[in-house]
Amino acid sequence: MSGAATLPQLLLRNAETIGDRPALREKHLGIWQPCTWRRYWHEVRDFSLGLAAHGFGRGDKLSVIGENRPRLYFAQLAAQSLGGIAVPIYQDAIASELAYVLDHAETSVVVAEDQEQVDKILSLQARLPHLKLVVYDDGRGLNHYSYPFLASFAAVQEAGRKFGADHPDYVEHAVAAGRPEELALFSYTSGTTSRPKGVMLTHANLLLPAEAFAAAEKIGPREEHLANLPMAWIGTSLLSVALHLLVGFTCNFPEKPETVERDLRELGPTIGLAPPRFWENSLTALTVRAADASWLKRNLFDYFRGVAERAQQCAGDGRAVPPGLRLMRALGEVLIYGPVRDQLGWRRARVVYTGGAPLGAEVFRFFRAFGINLKQVYGATELSGLCSVQRDAEVDPDTVGHILAGMEVRIAEEGEVLVRSPGIFQGYYKQSEATREALTGEGWLKTGDAGYIDKRGQLVIIDRARDVGKLADGTSLAPQFIENKLKFSPYVGEAVVFGAARPFVAVIVAIDPTTVGKWAERQRLAYTSFQDLCSRPEVRDLIADEIRRCNAALPPASRIRRFVVLNKEFDADDDEITRTRKIRRRFVAEKYAAVVDAMYGELPEVELSAEITYEDGRKAMLRSRLTVADIDAPAERDLADA
Amino acid sequence: MRARFEQGGIAWPMAIEATHSLPAEAHLAVTQVSKRFGGVRAVEDVSITVSRGEIASVIGPNGAGKTSLLNMISGFYKPDSGSIVFDGADITRDRPSEIAARGIARTFQNIALFGGMTVLDNVMLGRHVRMKSGILSSIVYWGLAQREEVAHRARAEELIDFLGLQDLRRQQTAALAYGLRKRVELARALALDPKILLLDEPMGGMNSEEKEDMARYILDVNEQWGTTVILIEHDMAVVMDISDRVAVLDRGRKIAEGTPAEVQQNPEVMRAYLGGAGPEAGVGA
Repeated sequence: MSGAATLPQLLLRNAETIGDRPALREKHLGIWQPCTWRRYWHEVRDFSLGLAAHGFGRGDKLSVIGENRPRLYFAQLAAQSLGGIAVPIYQDAIASELAYVLDHAETSVVVAEDQEQVDKILSLQARLPHLKLVVYDDGRGLNHYSYPFLASFAAVQEAGRKFGADHPDYVEHAVAAGRPEELALFSYTSGTTSRPKGVMLTHANLLLPAEAFAAAEKIGPREEHLANLPMAWIGTSLLSVALHLLVGFTCNFPEKPETVERDLRELGPTIGLAPPRFWENSLTALTVRAADASWLKRNLFDYFRGVAERAQQCAGDGRAVPPGLRLMRALGEVLIYGPVRDQLGWRRARVVYTGGAPLGAEVFRFFRAFGINLKQVYGATELSGLCSVQRDAEVDPDTVGHILAGMEVRIAEEGEVLVRSPGIFQGYYKQSEATREALTGEGWLKTGDAGYIDKRGQLVIIDRARDVGKLADGTSLAPQFIENKLKFSPYVGEAVVFGAARPFVAVIVAIDPTTVGKWAERQRLAYTSFQDLCSRPEVRDLIADEIRRCNAALPPASRIRRFVVLNKEFDADDDEITRTRKIRRRFVAEKYAAVVDAMYGELPEVELSAEITYEDGRKAMLRSRLTVADIDAPAERDLADA
Repeated sequence: MRARFEQGGIAWPMAIEATHSLPAEAHLAVTQVSKRFGGVRAVEDVSITVSRGEIASVIGPNGAGKTSLLNMISGFYKPDSGSIVFDGADITRDRPSEIAARGIARTFQNIALFGGMTVLDNVMLGRHVRMKSGILSSIVYWGLAQREEVAHRARAEELIDFLGLQDLRRQQTAALAYGLRKRVELARALALDPKILLLDEPMGGMNSEEKEDMARYILDVNEQWGTTVILIEHDMAVVMDISDRVAVLDRGRKIAEGTPAEVQQNPEVMRAYLGGAGPEAGVGA
């Protein structure tokens, strides 16, 4: 039925059929406070009327900027109820990015979470000719702002109720007039290469893949989900909006970003979706806690982790798990795995997904070994999120599963993955050239990923097509594959692998400040600042060990030979990673060209001056000397292997 | 560091203008108070009048008598002479607990929290002054006592939300970073629902980001509940940014008083406090 409906129509349906059940739940003042489907609709309707009173109508755009807050969800649906388009924006976007998106999308109403976001928008006001109304959720610190176009969320709803008194059933009529093929969402892609592009999606685009996914994964109305990822991420629009409205489960909002860990545990969600970064961080945090635990706990954890991973390996290879190992695993379930799942908040999780980028096989296996049903999904913003998911019986770290019902996948001659799906976008807003480049003549989306379909019919993604390169000797190289292996180490925060048209593989490593900081503490290694820590020879040795471990699992030709420990973290404010934390490889290669050259030259040291951007948008130069280090795997051995 | 603070891009002047427009009335009148310790004249003949809803700062070099003055207002010291009148009532001789109950709360220069207790418990403790049920009914914890506890918890949660301490609710305060402990102390003082908040160097020992946060919280408290704030602070940039009025003490005496701009221009202040240089030389904490 979703194919014939719009998002607000589904909201109205839920308000009528399951009106008393909790639609949303927000932790506020220390208590989980539910909002029923009926109230959800009433809040949306009142805000919608308020927007109408301000002249907002069909085709107008409304942006939300902030953390996951119920009112920001109300606002998006209110705009869509009137035939408008929601344009969610990353809450940590700096002023220039924000200005670009708001201006490009011609947003007329912005709903901001708090004073911080309102201040950002007010500072850009002169550059935003289309902006007519700024609405805020949390009014703290804003009482004395007097701008004619600034209003509180409650005030807009109040104005809406007045408007509604003179215009009975105004929103109901507008919702009924909505059509599934109308635009519902502009999802600005974070873009690893260029300016963000506005992906135009219709109600049907969002709902049809959601429907196929719900059917394939048996997502039901009793699920609990914690929405803790940016509202601007397509995964959030898919799960916390489209799927949520379609299936009618409960969507929960954390108290604030810092409390997510505790909120997860209190809530015990039954489903979850997060990008690789989340799982990597989760594993790192767990490793740190295990290392800090008492001798007994630490050893138990390490021992049973080994047991779980060996058992997982057997299952992965299709061998039977030996009885002894099976027994130990049962014991481990009681002593370690169950409690760990509880700590992570996945005790009740039926299934959790990783998507948005490939997750390293080691991290993936770890969670599965501990009894968490982690599965890979694959998709793209241009596909409204999803196009494939692993089936329960066929989960392995290398594939991204089967294509969903109603969708097709095909591999182009050059190895690029092409997808045809009802989720395919309507084009990039005001960028018809880019749209033409993204689609084939027959309506297939060029995903930009290199991949193939294995003998079981599952899709395998190798890497971004343009990143797959060859070493100087012709060995093919998938940088992300190596990076993900390296990032399995808790000490490695980010890694960028180089090697295309070069004689060997080299890597720039950004250490994880928390784990390396703790490690330094345990080693009684004194340091003054993060920069100082990064430049310590002991840290370099630590990373060299991690690289050796990673090298052991790589074919000889793809082994890392030289590396540099960078003295800063990669930061989205410096354009080095996207807001969804994908490395912008080209940009990094350009910015750190001197470092890359040094790694392939004979220089033991390199002078680096890098521009860094503070959170308030100011810039500063960071000057330092970085040491280029060799991995002492002797060249003869490599030659012998080759 | 200071440069960053000043360029923070925060729309502060608006909030300050608004507080200026409030009607001026003597909320707290300190009249010619003096205090000596042995032969040391800590405070001598100091008079300060604070209006409702104002942010008033007291600055001065080390040993100028700022904390002694605050201690007299909060009842920790009794002045040798002079009077302190709060909302028309003479509180000069009142005990600290009585003054707290009247609605004057404070924080300390050296954080005074219960390290072994959680953030929530520390904040709840601040509510005790406002609790009415007796020991017996509190033990039975039924009826009034329970309703009271729930109401107080709700208020404590509001403050935790206001000061962004949600993730630390269940953490022991001893384990928290310095800047966070200062924030918890502010939450506990606010738990009294004070009419006047006395802050003794709330930004001492903080980095610029923490200072910026704390300044924002002070302004927010002032704006949200109309709480009068009396602030002792070393960081000149902060004081000049957020105060409605500034009084300058030097060796126990008040040598100047006025708006931040006036005080900055005052030649005596420059000589005594800023060491003869212009105000831009600043005295960073």
